[in-house]
Amino acid sequence: MSEKEPKISQDNRDRPEEPTLASVVSVTDGASLFEEVDEKPKAPLKVPSLEGAPAPAESYEEASLRAIPLKPRLSKAEHGSRFFFLLCAILAMGQMLLIMVFLFTESVGLLFSQGGSPGVSLGSFLFGRDWYPTYPDASFGALALIGGSLAVTVVSTAIAAPLGLGLAMFLSCIAGRRTREWVKPAVELLASVPSVVLGLVGMVVIAPFLQQTLNLPTGLNLLNASLILAIMATPTIASLGEDALSAVPQDVKDASYALGATRWETIWRVTTPAALGGLSTAVILGLGRSLGETMVVLMVAGGAAQIPNSLFDSVRPLTSTLAAEMGETAIGSRHYQALFALGVILFFMTLAFNLLAWYLSRRWRTRR
Amino acid sequence: MFLLGYSKEARKRRDQLATGVIVALAGFILLVLASLLIYICVQGISAINWEFLSQFPRESMTKGGILPAIVGTLYLALGSMVISIPLGFGAAIYLSEYAKQGPLVSVIRLGVANLAGVPSVVFGLFGLSLFVTTFGFGRSLLSGCLTLGLLTLPTVTAAAEEALRQTPGSFREAALALGANRFQAIRQVILPAALPGMLTGAILALGRAAGETAPISLTSATAYSPSLPDSPFNEAMALTTHIYNLATNGANIAGTRPQQFGTSLVLMAIVLGLSLAAVILRARLRRSRKW
Repeated sequence: MSEKEPKISQDNRDRPEEPTLASVVSVTDGASLFEEVDEKPKAPLKVPSLEGAPAPAESYEEASLRAIPLKPRLSKAEHGSRFFFLLCAILAMGQMLLIMVFLFTESVGLLFSQGGSPGVSLGSFLFGRDWYPTYPDASFGALALIGGSLAVTVVSTAIAAPLGLGLAMFLSCIAGRRTREWVKPAVELLASVPSVVLGLVGMVVIAPFLQQTLNLPTGLNLLNASLILAIMATPTIASLGEDALSAVPQDVKDASYALGATRWETIWRVTTPAALGGLSTAVILGLGRSLGETMVVLMVAGGAAQIPNSLFDSVRPLTSTLAAEMGETAIGSRHYQALFALGVILFFMTLAFNLLAWYLSRRWRTRR
Repeated sequence: MFLLGYSKEARKRRDQLATGVIVALAGFILLVLASLLIYICVQGISAINWEFLSQFPRESMTKGGILPAIVGTLYLALGSMVISIPLGFGAAIYLSEYAKQGPLVSVIRLGVANLAGVPSVVFGLFGLSLFVTTFGFGRSLLSGCLTLGLLTLPTVTAAAEEALRQTPGSFREAALALGANRFQAIRQVILPAALPGMLTGAILALGRAAGETAPISLTSATAYSPSLPDSPFNEAMALTTHIYNLATNGANIAGTRPQQFGTSLVLMAIVLGLSLAAVILRARLRRSRKW
């Protein structure tokens, strides 16, 4: 990079107001919805430019609609279509409830005794360390599986977050406009590589490599799974992080340069703090993606149900347990119920991450 | 205040150092991602020939082609869109055009956003419980399509709503001012303007559906089928599950590496091809947009 002080004009390239269309949907999985909720109260603060500005304020549009007497003109088609669209919306949302209901009804029998076998108490299910579902004297303790899930999630995010945020900083603050226009879509494309393909690469390339260089009994372990998950999460974090950094108003950066700050000082002391809400949302959504990923951990994490002590231990996260064991159980059996109970745990863990991401993006935004 | 301790030279050096580190990081990531793609292409290309694409697997899947898996994946992905496009577009139209912004809409929106983060294997469980067992569809293409349809529904909805919101309010006002009712305004003015954007999101979701493994392995996939599926109640092979089966419990795991990578390459060609199409469509759209 050039050794000159960064010029203001250099950063002052015109860019779209916000990431347009579905640009982020592929990797963000609906994160744009998080944004939208908070956009509303801020809208009137924007100074509307004359050309190409988005509709300035919601209230304006709402008011204009209210001014037209719609009621008397409602035809049958109007009523019908409205009802249909409402139905779709309710279904889109009601799916959430349906999932919960089905996971619960399939798993709740685990708690009660059934056909001679005693029920599994909630405590021993959540905090039991032994997962031996197919033994005659079966025990269903999910702690090792939860531990496995958390371990791969934390380690992979520890790798992916610095890489992803670094790439985001590069794209948003350092790269020229041309570079960004090519690199960002390419990175987003890479986020859509199917996980089973990455799992295959983990088995064929990374496992033998780890086994030989580190002299391990097997290369299928926590570290391998985390590396592959990091490859999956990095594009997500980078793309969302870039959106967050680029959403910081140019005036703020210009003001920093005007005070004599270098580019790095501007990035680190001005842009990053201003975008912290979006950046943390990006990291948490990346975290959620690692937590829910199934095929990679199924193929390369090793599959031993134990709480890992080191990076080279074999683990069996919740997702891979579900995928590996569901095919071999009889519907309605103890094991089947226990697997659905794991699904409940997984569902609520990802729900917690999602709500956290939503909360953080909201909180930081209102503060700014 | 915090800058006082540094000389100008020291600050400049820090700037250069940090810039160098960030550029190196970015270069490293891009290098890793690019070499990954190249590796898969190089490994896979040798397995691909006409026989591989047009034949059934033979000799416990160590020889022959992957035709039924390709067909199965296409059926599953396209079938899922039959579910998620009407529902997703409908929900998006309601959220963007009909609903009054209020607590109900916020809850629906939050629900959709959260659903998008639910792991695919949980959708698989849901599909297993609802479609396979409760509705009695069994393990079949139909169950798989329905499950994938629900899985992609939040993505389709989010993208479609985003596209609808990008249509200027003046379009709506103009239509209404000309005497159109709201449905007419939506059908004849807003939808035509927003449709390309909505379809872009749908194409991305299609790619995602084609790349999913866990949900279909729970609801519809079979390791081997001697014929192409001729009814929605048949089980079907799929590219993703085929890769998984060959790589983890096939008859000859090391010997079928070329097939595994060949299948991966075909899968990636479908998935990345769709994503690429969406990206290009979006770029052209952005350029040609009149507002």
